[in-house]
Amino acid sequence: MANAISSTITAETGAAGSPLLRIDAVTKKFGGFTAVDGLSLDIKAGEFFALLGPSGCGKTTLLRMLAGFETPDAGQILLNGSDIAPMLPHQRPVNMMFQNYALFPHLTVRDNIAFGLKRAGLPRKEIKARVAEMVALVRLEGLEKRRPDQLSGGQRQRVALARALARRPQLLLLDEPLGALDKKLRENTQRELLELQRRLGLTFVVVTHDQEEAMTMADRIGVMNAGKLEQVATPRHLYEEPVSRWVAEFVGDINILEGQISRRDAGRLMVSVPQAGIVAAVAPQGASDSGNACVAIRPEKIRLSRRAPVSDTADGHAINRLEGAVSDIGYLGGASIYTVRLDGGAMLRASLANTARLDVDAFGVGQRVVAWFAPDDCVVLGR
Amino acid sequence: MSARRIFTRPARIAAVAPYLWMSLFFLVPFVFVLKISLSQTAIAQPPYLPVFDLASGWQALVAAFSALSFDNFRLLASDQLYIQSGLRSLTVAITATAMLLLIGYPIAYAMARLPRRWQPVAMMLVIVPFWTSFLIRVYAWINILQHDGLLNKILLALHIVSTPVVWLSTDTAMYLGLVYSYLPFMILPLYATLAKIDPALLEASADLGSSPLQSFWLITVPLSLPGVGAGVLLCFIPIVGEFVIPDLLAGSDALMIGQTLWLEFFTNRDWPVASATAVLLLVILLLPLLIYDRFQRRQMGRA
Repeated sequence: MANAISSTITAETGAAGSPLLRIDAVTKKFGGFTAVDGLSLDIKAGEFFALLGPSGCGKTTLLRMLAGFETPDAGQILLNGSDIAPMLPHQRPVNMMFQNYALFPHLTVRDNIAFGLKRAGLPRKEIKARVAEMVALVRLEGLEKRRPDQLSGGQRQRVALARALARRPQLLLLDEPLGALDKKLRENTQRELLELQRRLGLTFVVVTHDQEEAMTMADRIGVMNAGKLEQVATPRHLYEEPVSRWVAEFVGDINILEGQISRRDAGRLMVSVPQAGIVAAVAPQGASDSGNACVAIRPEKIRLSRRAPVSDTADGHAINRLEGAVSDIGYLGGASIYTVRLDGGAMLRASLANTARLDVDAFGVGQRVVAWFAPDDCVVLGR
Repeated sequence: MSARRIFTRPARIAAVAPYLWMSLFFLVPFVFVLKISLSQTAIAQPPYLPVFDLASGWQALVAAFSALSFDNFRLLASDQLYIQSGLRSLTVAITATAMLLLIGYPIAYAMARLPRRWQPVAMMLVIVPFWTSFLIRVYAWINILQHDGLLNKILLALHIVSTPVVWLSTDTAMYLGLVYSYLPFMILPLYATLAKIDPALLEASADLGSSPLQSFWLITVPLSLPGVGAGVLLCFIPIVGEFVIPDLLAGSDALMIGQTLWLEFFTNRDWPVASATAVLLLVILLLPLLIYDRFQRRQMGRA
């Protein structure tokens, strides 16, 4: 057991290029319900990977299979090239930080952190040193003798992290790690968690339903839906280049205009939207030149003005200009969301930063406006 | 202000209610018993002296008070019969409670691990025997254990024994009866604490390298201790004072303190000695209660 732990440190710098974790066509069914459906994924050493998805999408089941609490019905889970799918949880060089932490209520902070080290049969001296190191790492000095119910939510979260890190796992799984914290504390803890992961060079797989959390922390995000990965990408790619309408609508806020592709024009697709008019959008790779499609545009990429802006190119379609009237204003502090009813009937949400404290020039409800955006700022997706 | 008063008054009454109940149905009767235990037996109605009579004036009352003595307790301390029945009660209660814990824990553990929808069914099965009178169930055991009873018939039919075994009037029969009768009182509090243990704790334990057996000893057992305490008390205390089961199933060569008390009361008609025995029994039982109370306080202090 002691060997298993020390070997993880050298194993982490394994063969370059090959992934630390390879999930290969893994399927898990519960009765007639397929929770994870032939899912494949590679995770590199040192990566902070987030599994994002609505509840019931299978992300927690996938995490539990990595920890060993569920066994896949089909497929392989390779850690450093060896299949860990048949291994029991206590035999895996993987640790998990549980949702709601699952701290042992009858043990002190010190004994909670030392729990895994004692099971590994480390000498007493080393356990003591390792616990002290972990306590310092998560800044819990002075609280070693407290029990979990004598700690605040944030402190408990740090004990859970220290306990999971104490065995120096090759892979740390985190199930909704910040879900139980309030918003202010969550932002601080996000930063701490990220810094810790970078400093120790650990590989994290986080399950979350909180997009903001995934966006701010993860190197890559895997968006799951109905047991499958819809898209695996960096936060920026995921937000700016969603591969499907489902991903586009799941991640952040977006306007969807349904229509037909009418023609292709110098790398632009012209989409005829019945409720808005012709919209020009940058053509995705390998897109067809006809058929049903929808144009997706994020609210912050739409600008509003009282008069149409003068186009700076000869082509009149270089900038999309859609006319309508403001029908609703939602004030959010830093920005306001203007809902514009286009003359064609479509509703468009535009997010404008409130750059001035006293804005005498702000739009009111009923104000005629032109909503305009560049073709590069919108994406064409299948309907 | 007035609204507050409306809400606090019933709350105050509710807080007083248990104390009122305890004084009326425990403390006052206990004072009577204590008084009788300090009296002398007499051939009279009631069968002891002195008798407090408020009508006969202050002087008589003082005289009655001075007639009270600890003679009965001295008798209890000097007579081997009482010491031995007290010791036997403790031995039987400790043995039976240990057996109950050993049998009840696995049952409660299995119940708590059943699928959620089966747990109420299992709970019902544990409680169902209560629907039949306790006495009838003990008599049923007599029927099963007697010379030509069901147990001997089965053993003979299976050729496990060649002649009928004497079961009745043995300690074996008594322990069988005790364990059978008190098992639900052990299982229910154990089940209640075991079912409350978050399964995620066992997963966390496994995740940190514990085998299932280690998880059981390091997580399940410590977290079920409050249930063990409650179950042990619920069985130990009534078993110490148990009368019916040893009287019907055990032999008459060694008596438990409850049987001695019954003898003094009904056969000897010595109410004062019987009362002294009852007071002694209460003092013996106070000890485990105080230990449990301390244990609970420590748990509460933690929370």
